[in-house]
Amino acid sequence: MKKKILIVDDEPNIVMTLEYTFKKQDFEVFIARDGSEALHILESNCPDIVLLDIMMPDVDGYQTLKYIKNKESLKDTKVVFLTAKNKASDIEKGLKLGADKYLTKPFSVKKIVSEVLELLN
Amino acid sequence: MSNYALISIIICYLAILFYIAFLAEKNSKSKWVNNPLIYTLSLAVYCSAWTYYGSVGIAANSGISFLPIYLGPVMAVPLWIVVLRKIMRISKQHKISSLADFISLRYGNNRFLGALITVVCVFGILPYISLQLKAISETFEIMADEASYVSTNIFDDSTFYIAVLLAVFAAFFGTQATDASEKHRGIVVSVAFESILKLVFFLIIGVYVTYFLFDGTSDIYNKISITPNFESLTKISGLEAGFDWFFMMMISFIAIFLLPRQFQVSVLENNREKHLKQAIWLFPLYLLLFNIFVIFIAWGGKLTFGNTVNAEYFTLLLPLQNDHVFLALLVFLGGFSAVISMVVVSTLALSTMVSNNLVIPYGFLDKFIKGHPDKNSNYIKTIRRISIFCIIITAYVFYINFSIELSLYSIGLISFVIISQLAPSFFIGLFWNRGSSKAAIIGIIIGFLITLYTLVLPFTIEAFTGIHDFTNHGLFNISALKPYALFGIDFLSPPAHAFFWSMSANVLCYLVFSLTSKGNYRERNYAEMFVDSSNYSSLQDSALVWKGEAYVSDIKNVLNKFLGEDRTQRALNLFFMKYKIPTNTQMADARLINFSEKLLTGSIGSASAKILIASAVKEEQVSLVEVLKILEESKETLANNKVLREKSEELSMLALKLKQANEELISKDKQKDEFLDTVAHELKTPVTGIRAATELLMDDDDEMPAEIKTQFLNNMLNDSDRLSRLINNILDFEKLSRGRNQLNIKQNGIRSSIKKAIIGVQQLAVNKGVTIINDNLVDFKFSYDEDRILQVLTNLISNALKFTEPNKGKIIIECKLINNYVEVYVIDNGKGIPDEDFDFIFDKFYQSKNQNTVKPEGSGLGLAICKQILEQHNGKIWAKKGNKNGATFVFMLPFK
Repeated sequence: MKKKILIVDDEPNIVMTLEYTFKKQDFEVFIARDGSEALHILESNCPDIVLLDIMMPDVDGYQTLKYIKNKESLKDTKVVFLTAKNKASDIEKGLKLGADKYLTKPFSVKKIVSEVLELLN
Repeated sequence: MSNYALISIIICYLAILFYIAFLAEKNSKSKWVNNPLIYTLSLAVYCSAWTYYGSVGIAANSGISFLPIYLGPVMAVPLWIVVLRKIMRISKQHKISSLADFISLRYGNNRFLGALITVVCVFGILPYISLQLKAISETFEIMADEASYVSTNIFDDSTFYIAVLLAVFAAFFGTQATDASEKHRGIVVSVAFESILKLVFFLIIGVYVTYFLFDGTSDIYNKISITPNFESLTKISGLEAGFDWFFMMMISFIAIFLLPRQFQVSVLENNREKHLKQAIWLFPLYLLLFNIFVIFIAWGGKLTFGNTVNAEYFTLLLPLQNDHVFLALLVFLGGFSAVISMVVVSTLALSTMVSNNLVIPYGFLDKFIKGHPDKNSNYIKTIRRISIFCIIITAYVFYINFSIELSLYSIGLISFVIISQLAPSFFIGLFWNRGSSKAAIIGIIIGFLITLYTLVLPFTIEAFTGIHDFTNHGLFNISALKPYALFGIDFLSPPAHAFFWSMSANVLCYLVFSLTSKGNYRERNYAEMFVDSSNYSSLQDSALVWKGEAYVSDIKNVLNKFLGEDRTQRALNLFFMKYKIPTNTQMADARLINFSEKLLTGSIGSASAKILIASAVKEEQVSLVEVLKILEESKETLANNKVLREKSEELSMLALKLKQANEELISKDKQKDEFLDTVAHELKTPVTGIRAATELLMDDDDEMPAEIKTQFLNNMLNDSDRLSRLINNILDFEKLSRGRNQLNIKQNGIRSSIKKAIIGVQQLAVNKGVTIINDNLVDFKFSYDEDRILQVLTNLISNALKFTEPNKGKIIIECKLINNYVEVYVIDNGKGIPDEDFDFIFDKFYQSKNQNTVKPEGSGLGLAICKQILEQHNGKIWAKKGNKNGATFVFMLPFK
C-alpha cells in the first residue's frame, strides 16, 4: 500500500518541490497551506508522516503537533518539523513537544527523503 | 368597605412587607440594598402617623404651626456632615448598638447612665408608639362599615392583632444576629419601601383634594380667606408665638438626632458614610414634598366639614365623602405604612436598649458567665424578642387605657420633649471633654423630672379627670409653681414651656457638675476618645488606657461564653496578627482588653462588656496624668510609624521603577531578537525554494515533465527576485532607522511626483485590469525628498494593487492642501484591513492574516519603511478606518 505523507507549509514554491519529490517516491501526498487546513485534512485522513512548518499564520506548527499528539487515531503518525527556526532552543522545544525529527531550512531534498524513509521503516 | 376585606388587605400588605424584608436580608450585599436612596428613604421613618395625619389636624386648627417640626430637621441636616459623621465613626469603631450605649460609653461605660437613658427613652417613646396604634385603630374605624370596631375586649380588636404582627416582624428581622450592632437590612429596606408609599399616597390625596375637589390652590385660598378667623391661620402671631416656633424647631432639631428610631436608621444602620452626601439634600426634599399639600388638604377639609369631624382624618374623610373608597384605601395604607415603619424601628431600637443596657447588665451577667455559648446567644436573642413584644404590648395597653382621648400631635410633642433631655449629655459630651458621667446623670434626671411636672403630669390629669385646678393654681396653690407657667412665664405653649425649663435646668446641672466633679480615669479616657475622635480613631485599640494584670486565657474564657470557641479563636488570631504579637502570649495588654470589650459590646452592651472583662482581670487605678501621658505617647508612636511607612513607601517606589527599567531593557532585547529571527526566516524561505528546486533539476533523470521543469525554473526566478527585494528593503530599513540616510530635500511638485509613481506601476495595473483614478490632484510645490516619497507612493499603490481583485479593482489617488500640510490619499476597493490589524500594519514584518491563502509577495517591511520616511519628513502615515469597501491609506507631509 502507498505510504501517505502530509506536507504543511505556507510557501507554495517549497511545497511544490516536496510534492514532486514524494510523488516520485510513490507516496500519496496531501498538501496543507497552513495549520488550519492541516487540521481539516487530519480529521478524515491518517497519514503515516507529517512534514510540518512552524511559522504559519493562525494555527502554527506547534498547535498542529499538539492536535496530532492528542488524537487517538493519529498515534502512529510520525511528525517531522521542517522549519527555518534553527536555534538550539527552538530545536529542543520542538523535540520536547514530541516531534520525531527536527529538520531545518534550507534543506537538501535527498536528506529529507532519507530521513523520512528511515523514520517509516 | 367591610371589616373582612380591610383586614385581608392589611394582611396582604404585611405579607408583602415581610417578603421585601426577607429579600433584602437575603441579598444584603447587593447594590440595591446598599444605596444612598435606601438610606435617605429610611431616614424618612421620621414621618410617622403624626406627620401623615397629625399635620393636617394642626394646620386646620392652628394654621402653619405644623411647620417647625420639619424646619428643625431641615436646619439640622447641614450639620450632619460634621456631627453625624463623627457619631457614625465612633459608633462603628466601638460597635455601638444603641443610643444608650453611645452615651454611656462616652462617660466610661457607665452602667447606671445607660439604664437611665433606656428608661427615659422607654418613657418617652411608649406613648408615642401607642399613638401610632391609635391612628391605626381610628383610621380602621373610619374605613370600616361597622362603626363599633373599637372594642374593649382585646381579642375582638384588630389593632391588637396588628400590633402582634408588627412585634413578630420586628422580632424576626431585628434579632437575626446576636450582635445588635449588625445591620438589619431587611427592616431598613422595608422602611424605605414604606417611605415611598406614604409619600406617594399623601401626594395623591393632596393633588386630589386640591385639583379635583377644588379648583387648584388659589380656589381653596379664595374660599377659605373669607371665613372668620382666617388671618390667625396664616401668621405667626406675635413675639410669643415666635418663641414657640423657636423652641419647637429646637425640639425637632434635637429629635432628628436623638429619637431612638432616628439614631437607629441614621447611625446604626448606615453602612457607607458617603451616603450622607445624597441624604443631606434628598431628605429635606422629602420633607418638603410631604408638606406641600398639608395646608390645602386642611383648608379643603375645613371648607367641606367645618369643625364637625376630627381634622386629623381629613385625608380619609374627604375621598370617602365623595365615594372614592379606593382613594381612601390608598391613604389608609399610606398611614399604615407610616405607622409600621415607626413602630418597628422604634421597637427595635428600644428593645436593644432594654436588653443591652437594662436587663443584661442588671441581672443576667452572672448567668452568662456560667452558661454555654450557644445558650448565651439564645438567651440574648430571647431577651430582645421578649422586650420587643413587651414594648408593643405595653404600648397597646397604654393606648387602650389612656391615649384614646389624646391627639396625635400632643403626645408626639411630649415624646420629643422627653427625648430632648438626652441632648446636653449627648451633644456637649461630643465636643467637650470635661463633661462627666455624674453631671450627665444629674442633668437628665432633673430635666426629666421638670418635664414630668410641667408637661406630663398636668396633661394626664387634665385628660383623665378634666379638673384644671392643678394647671390653673399650681402645686399647693402657689402661683409660681403653675405647671404651664412656671415662675410667671405664661406666654409659651406647654411643650415649649416645658422644653425651656427642663432644658435650662438640664444644661445648667450638666455644666456645673462637670466643672466641679472630675470623672475617673476611664471616663476621661473615653471623653478624650470621643471628643478628639479624628485623632484617636487611627490609634484604634491602643487609645484605651488600662493598667493591671490580666491573662489572655482568662479573657479568652469570657469571650468563649458569648462568641463560642471558634469565633473567639478567629477574632484573637486576627488581633494577634494585626499587632504582630506572638499567639502564645500570656499577659494581656490594654489593646486586648479594649478589643475584647468591643467584641462583646454588640451582643450585650458596653456597660456589661466592661463589667464582664473587668471580672476576668485585676485592674489598677490609673491617674489622669498617666492617661494623658499614655495617650500622648501612643500618638507619638503613631507619628513615628507614619514617617517609617513613608520611607518604606519611597523605597518600594524606587524598587518598582528599577524593575520597570529592567523590564524595558529586556523587552527591547527581545524585540531585537525577534527582528533578527524574522529577517532570518524571510531570507531563508526563498533560499530554501531555490535550493530545493536546483537540487531536483540537477538530479533530473529526464523523467521530469517539461512543464514542471519550467515551473521550477520560474519559481527560482521569483524567489531570487524576492530575495534581492528583501535585501534592498532590509538595508533601506536599517539605514532609515539609524537615521543615516540623509534626505535629499528639494523643491518638488507633489502632483508630478504622484504622476511619476503611477507611471511606475501602470503596466502592472493594466496587466491586472485595475483602473487608477487621479483626477483630484492639487498642484503644489514644496520641499521634500522626491525619491523617498516616490518609494512611499509606489509602495502604497502596489499594496492596493495586490489586494484588489483582477478586472474589478479601482484605485483612487487624491491630494489635498490643508492649512500647512499636504494630505495624499490612496483608496482602493480591495479586501480592506481587518479591525484587529489596524494597530500593527506599520510594524515591521507584520503581514495581515487576512491575505489570500497564497502568500502575496512582500517583504513585510514596506509600510514600516513608509512610516520611517514620513517620520523623517516630520509627516505622518496612517490607515483610515471606516472604508467598508476597501482600504484607505493617508499620508501627510508638512511644508518645510
